[in-house]
Amino acid sequence: MIAASLMRRRSRILVALLAIVVGATVLSGLVTIYVDVPRQMGAEFRNYGANMIFLPAGGDQPYTTQTVSEALAMIGEERLVGAAPYRYEIMQIHEQPIETAGTDMAGAMRTSPYWYVNGSWPDESGEMLAGREIAELLALSVGDTVTMVYKSEEDTADARGVVESPEMEMTVTGIMESGGSEEGYVYISMEDMVALCGQEGRLDVTELSVSGERDALIRLSEEIAAAQPGIAPRLVKRVTESEATVLTKLQALVLLVTSVVLILTMICVATTMTAVVTERRREIGLRKALGASDKGVAAEFMGEGFILGAAGGLIGVVLGFLFAQAVSMQVFSASITFQLWLVPLTVFASVLVTGLASFWPVKSASKVDAALVLKGE
Amino acid sequence: MSLLELKNVSKIYGTLRALDHVNMRVEAGEWVSIMGPSGSGKSTMMNIIGCLDKASEGEVLLDGTLICAETADRLTEIRRDKIGLIFQQFHLIQYLTAVENVMVAQYYHSMPDEKEALEALARVGLKDRAHHLPSQMSGGEQQRVCVARALINYPKILLADEPTGNLDEANERIVVELFKKLHEEGTTLIIVTHDPEVAEVAQRTVVLRDGRLVKETVNENFTGVMKHRKVE
Ligand SMILES: Nc1ncnc2c1ncn2[C@@H]1O[C@H](COP(=O)(O)OP(=O)(O)OP(=O)(O)O)[C@@H](O)[C@H]1O
Ligand SMILES: [Mg+2]
Repeated sequence: MIAASLMRRRSRILVALLAIVVGATVLSGLVTIYVDVPRQMGAEFRNYGANMIFLPAGGDQPYTTQTVSEALAMIGEERLVGAAPYRYEIMQIHEQPIETAGTDMAGAMRTSPYWYVNGSWPDESGEMLAGREIAELLALSVGDTVTMVYKSEEDTADARGVVESPEMEMTVTGIMESGGSEEGYVYISMEDMVALCGQEGRLDVTELSVSGERDALIRLSEEIAAAQPGIAPRLVKRVTESEATVLTKLQALVLLVTSVVLILTMICVATTMTAVVTERRREIGLRKALGASDKGVAAEFMGEGFILGAAGGLIGVVLGFLFAQAVSMQVFSASITFQLWLVPLTVFASVLVTGLASFWPVKSASKVDAALVLKGE
Repeated sequence: MSLLELKNVSKIYGTLRALDHVNMRVEAGEWVSIMGPSGSGKSTMMNIIGCLDKASEGEVLLDGTLICAETADRLTEIRRDKIGLIFQQFHLIQYLTAVENVMVAQYYHSMPDEKEALEALARVGLKDRAHHLPSQMSGGEQQRVCVARALINYPKILLADEPTGNLDEANERIVVELFKKLHEEGTTLIIVTHDPEVAEVAQRTVVLRDGRLVKETVNENFTGVMKHRKVE
């Protein structure tokens, strides 16, 4: 009977429900975005490259591929976008001393996403990536093969008096432009570096791209420093600080929009509820004439308001998620995670708003003088 | 003791005496008509008897209870338990069907009981209209739903304020016949009407003017049946 009577009043009910649904949608949608913005922006920010660097702490504490990979394990795959270890040696190419970096190409690709590579990244032994300056200096182009020689004081002359230095044929697979000092290097794989220079495990610096807010990163680097005394983690201040500023501003903006929309919705729900209740004054009078008490009338109307609020809240959660998803796809081209705790929050909020919005109209309606209303107009 | 007794009842609106020292008794099972020009205080009196309003002065005794001394909540209870109301403007809930409208009265009184509600509709000849909305019924049918609703809780006293005011002659006749049935079953009826032909069916007619009870006639040859109108 109640369901049927709600069905027959659907046009009126729908108006009220619509107002609540719109409010709940906007609320849950914006809260979802608000919560997800740091994660989304974090991924976005990682396009600007490394935000953490591992330097050797100095002293006799070990700073090796071993200790670094232990530190990386502490960060975890979740947060670690990429890590690139670097070892620098001077090599001879065409009799010229060239600064050469041994690294992990896949890691470098992630920590330096802004490098523009003409050709392709090396992915095999015997391949190298040349910085633009070096390529110009040596007149290298993609596909050229050069001999890379490593000369050190330890090199000893053999029986015939010839100094045998380790060397390797290297093919240029790509030429890299970054607009910075990185262009003055040649990049080879860490394995080739070890093959040429020995001293497996030696490292000079490690660049990392870690997702997370500044405070979390600070905590993380403190933990690493404590666990690995040989490693001195440093945050790239310029990057992390500006990330934090942008994030704070963005969240403040979303929060502001959320509150404004919420207030507007509240007004909208309140006026709709007032209209619904006012429209039913005559019915209220009749119900009172039939023996309904003031309390009974108020309870009935409030109950209906609560049901509407809960239903609107539930619909709003779903629509809000779709809304947030659409926004996220548009702005960040990434999907959003559904926040389960938003369901009780949104339902509670819309029941509360509907309750508050209905309270005064219902209260005045329950005071309706049956005799006056029923006299008819 | 009479079922209803008004002693020196007045209702004052500002300077206006809508009811002016009215004295009246109604015995249990009696059928009384109230007549009078517009503004003479008929509805005011009905509202006071129906516990929708309170008298400014005087005493109203209903079934042994001095209702002018009761609180609003108690008045609601008395109305629910003892009084059936019928209005000129049907006053049905528009989004409820006939049977649901009857069940609303049951709901506030005790428990909704669809079977009983359908029986009440059958009594007023609306068995096959039970699941229609008010908008799908004629005025006469709507007023019969109101009669069914008013009698569903077996009220001691049925108050009808111009129940046939919005009806054509045929429907007027049907409603008056329903009143006769109720009267035969022992229900006390107080009917306000402008229509002398409806009024004269009752056992007694009371006339109000300017809030005063000015005339009272007893129908000597009471039958409870409406006379046929002269064809003009
Ligand atoms: N709430 C009110 N406030 C002020 N005056 C009122 C109120 N209700 C009724 N009156 C006045 O009291 C007088 C009696 O009104 P009442 O409604 O009882 O008349 P009535 O006999 O039912 O008339 P009608 O036949 O037109 O229905 C009228 O003059 C009316 O203007
Ligand atoms: Mg009247």
